[in-house]
Amino acid sequence: MKTVKVAVIVFPGSNCDRDMHHVLTDVFHLQSQLVWHTDALPKNIDAIVLPGGFSYGDRLRAGVIAAHSPVIKDVKKMAEKGMPILGVCNGFQILVESGLLPGALLKNTSLNFMCKWTEIIVQNNKTPFTNKLKLGQKIPIAIANGEGRYYADKKTLELLKKNNQIVFTYGEEVNGASLGIAGISNKQGNVVGMMPHPERSAEQIINPNNAKPASLIFESLLNTLGVTA
Amino acid sequence: MSLTPQESEYLENKIGRKPNPLELQIVAAEWSEHCSYKSSKKHLRILPKEGKRVISGPGYDSGVLDVGDGYVVTVHIESHNHPSAVEPYGGAATGVGGVIRDILSAGTRPIAILDGLRFGNIEKDNHAMWLFKNAVRGIADYGNCLGIPTIGGEIEFDKCFTNYALVDVASIGFGKKENLIKNKAEKGDYVVLIGGSTGRDGIGGSQFASDKLEAENRSAVQIPDPFIEKLVIEVILEARNQKCIKAMKDLGGGGLSCAISETADALGVGIELDLSLVHKREQNMSPSELMVSESQERMLVITDLKKLVSLKKICEKFRVPYSVIGRVKEDKLMKVKLDKSTIANLPSQIVANAPLLDRPSSLPKYLKNIEKIKKPKTPQDLSKTLLRMLSNPNIASKHWVYTQYDHEVGIRTVVKPGSDGSVLRLDNGKFLAAKIDGNSKHCYVNPRDGVMGCFDEACRNVICTGAKPIGMVDHLQFGNPEDPEIFWTFKESVQAITDYAKYFQIPCVGGKVSLYNETDKGPIKPTPLIGVLGLIEKKPLVSQKIENGDLVIIVGTTKDELGGSEYYEYVHNVTGGKCPSVDMKTSKKIQDAVLDLIQSCTIKVAHDCSKGGLGIAVSKLCITNDIGCTISLEKIPSEKLSHDELLFSESHSRFLLVIKPQDENKVMALLAKSAVQHARAGVFSGKDIVFQQKTSAIVRVRVDKAQEKWLNSLGALVTHG
Repeated sequence: MKTVKVAVIVFPGSNCDRDMHHVLTDVFHLQSQLVWHTDALPKNIDAIVLPGGFSYGDRLRAGVIAAHSPVIKDVKKMAEKGMPILGVCNGFQILVESGLLPGALLKNTSLNFMCKWTEIIVQNNKTPFTNKLKLGQKIPIAIANGEGRYYADKKTLELLKKNNQIVFTYGEEVNGASLGIAGISNKQGNVVGMMPHPERSAEQIINPNNAKPASLIFESLLNTLGVTA
Repeated sequence: MSLTPQESEYLENKIGRKPNPLELQIVAAEWSEHCSYKSSKKHLRILPKEGKRVISGPGYDSGVLDVGDGYVVTVHIESHNHPSAVEPYGGAATGVGGVIRDILSAGTRPIAILDGLRFGNIEKDNHAMWLFKNAVRGIADYGNCLGIPTIGGEIEFDKCFTNYALVDVASIGFGKKENLIKNKAEKGDYVVLIGGSTGRDGIGGSQFASDKLEAENRSAVQIPDPFIEKLVIEVILEARNQKCIKAMKDLGGGGLSCAISETADALGVGIELDLSLVHKREQNMSPSELMVSESQERMLVITDLKKLVSLKKICEKFRVPYSVIGRVKEDKLMKVKLDKSTIANLPSQIVANAPLLDRPSSLPKYLKNIEKIKKPKTPQDLSKTLLRMLSNPNIASKHWVYTQYDHEVGIRTVVKPGSDGSVLRLDNGKFLAAKIDGNSKHCYVNPRDGVMGCFDEACRNVICTGAKPIGMVDHLQFGNPEDPEIFWTFKESVQAITDYAKYFQIPCVGGKVSLYNETDKGPIKPTPLIGVLGLIEKKPLVSQKIENGDLVIIVGTTKDELGGSEYYEYVHNVTGGKCPSVDMKTSKKIQDAVLDLIQSCTIKVAHDCSKGGLGIAVSKLCITNDIGCTISLEKIPSEKLSHDELLFSESHSRFLLVIKPQDENKVMALLAKSAVQHARAGVFSGKDIVFQQKTSAIVRVRVDKAQEKWLNSLGALVTHG
């Protein structure tokens, strides 16, 4: 079996890095490596994950300081080459702040941090992280964020729709996001950012609902990289 | 804010001279009630601290429990009451930070936070509401940023907390036994201060907390910075992995004064430090400010020359400031220098061990007649009363609070907040259950029965997850100990905890005492808090969805014990009556029987019956499962009681078990064999919550209506006032 290497980038203040590492290695048997943000990306990696947390304590704006980390230059190069890149929660915020994904993430309409279980709906099953899922499939998943409300102007939203860049939407009103967006991709589809946490939802023991759909996000990656789970 | 004349004399006798002003500041910080436990220490000695899982070591700030397979769990509890009453956001946030560092000190990673919050009547008191909202936000912002899940807790509102706040935070850590810090130091080792810079915040905080809250003293409140705390956690754990830490202590109450004196005393060495080397936030800080500042996010680490280089590299990787401030000596002195000159020089053993006090105590006068009250009249419409009880802020769902806390990060949370006890998965395949419980209303009416009830309740909650209690922590919160009547309630509580802990063989692995919790309006009610940890060897009981036809079994007896109940206090505004009391023998039998059942049968849900009694416990099951239930009151094992008493008595040692109808015979047979009081009390079905006497409904409430009250009352109160 091919060994797949995934780099999980760790910024000062990342706090879902070890959770992501656990799920990638112990649950899906990928070779995951935690990479400190000042280090160069390891060679021969197949995918990159930017995990959740509070990089730089969310100072200034969530994700904005990490977006200027040395490692982001390398991440951008890999994005251009078409490598699968996933940003979760703070990782999504960093992708947006670094310009790899369009739009912005604003404070939730409740103005509070919000940790709960919800459902997202697959709107694009052509990305490296959704190709094992069905269009319209519901994924029970955990969310936990204070600045999770996706926002983009009308023109950008039109483009997102036109280019099939909306990957996930919420199944209920959660935080006031434009078009109920929970996750998007870049135009090429290889860079995906999402506010909900698949790494918190892919194991049945901690998911109060069905963990199978969330696990398909990881199995999609395996599928993309030519490994059968 | 200084020593008493007796203490000054004692100090002068011990050191054979008059202390200089800086030395006096250092000693006053360490000898404050907050740091020295001088009123309480003698009495705490009776608590049973030994147990087969307990690992004790020198200088541990947290309790350590062996959970097998080479792993340990650590636990500690602290409060931040005075600061939170003045500045709730910063006070509560730094309360989280402080207890986290105690867990870190043992060399374990913090994996969970639980918090107990208490405020005045938020329905009527805007200031109480302000304190409540901001304390919650403080905990959320701090804990969420650290990536440590807040998995549970409890909240109580009572008039006795007007203009005040109790913010208790417990934390749990997890790690390998071999990685526990050994806490040994030798002559020549280096003393390194790691983390946040030292500033003029939290000056004299421990003394501030050792007096009643009279004036707001904002400079005594510490400023939170969760980002640096997160980095400090990673620095310390990486340093632990690289074996760079010989001994460690967090800087909390009393700042450097306490950390240095207590470390030197616990390790049996001397420490010489130079204040000019401390990294500072502000210029021109005086030596005494530096010695008593309680600036947060700081750790004191002792390492040797060989490992110092690696330690520095780790700090530099995370860009965490540090300063090598001193060396370990053989002389058992704490010597403070400023550049070349010595400015304080004291035996650490003297500084770290305040002379203990024998406070007088006497039975509070108010207790004499508190049980003798005129029973309130049974309301006409008990359905209305039930709805009112469900919207009581003390009973209504706290999801407005815990959805603001990240309770999932770390991906260990198997049983989530809002349940009885919370459950975490551990790396060895076992599970850890945790719960904290307090009840100022019960403890006021009867300090002994009250605290024993809290202990029993925490055990019941943990048992409901299928866990066996393995250790406990206590947090003893009272008013001014110089008042003999208050001190009596303290002593009574410690004795009750001791009796229960011994009988149930649950060791006390940590705790904290917080006294002087009072304002101009008077002292708080006695508010001891009990935290219990339980271990699940195989599989936790995760509540299953209740379905039509499922049965509810009630275990335990409902008694005429409504003193301090939510029903008396909230509905009738009555304080007094007989407080629920725990019969340890019966309770043990019931707990063992229920735990056996959970481990051997298919129990769908096990639910503790406590605040708000049976009426609330049954309603909660219905609300959370979206199904009705019919309970036959005449079947409930009880003393002779009126309907309202039967519904709302808060008698202890009661459980509700939900089972499938086909399991009834097996479950009933096992309960009969254990010889505990029990009955099949009702069936789930329909859309109404019904309590009936024979065939006539005493209470009939629609589940959706109950849901509305229970789920939304607290949130609506916060949002709309």
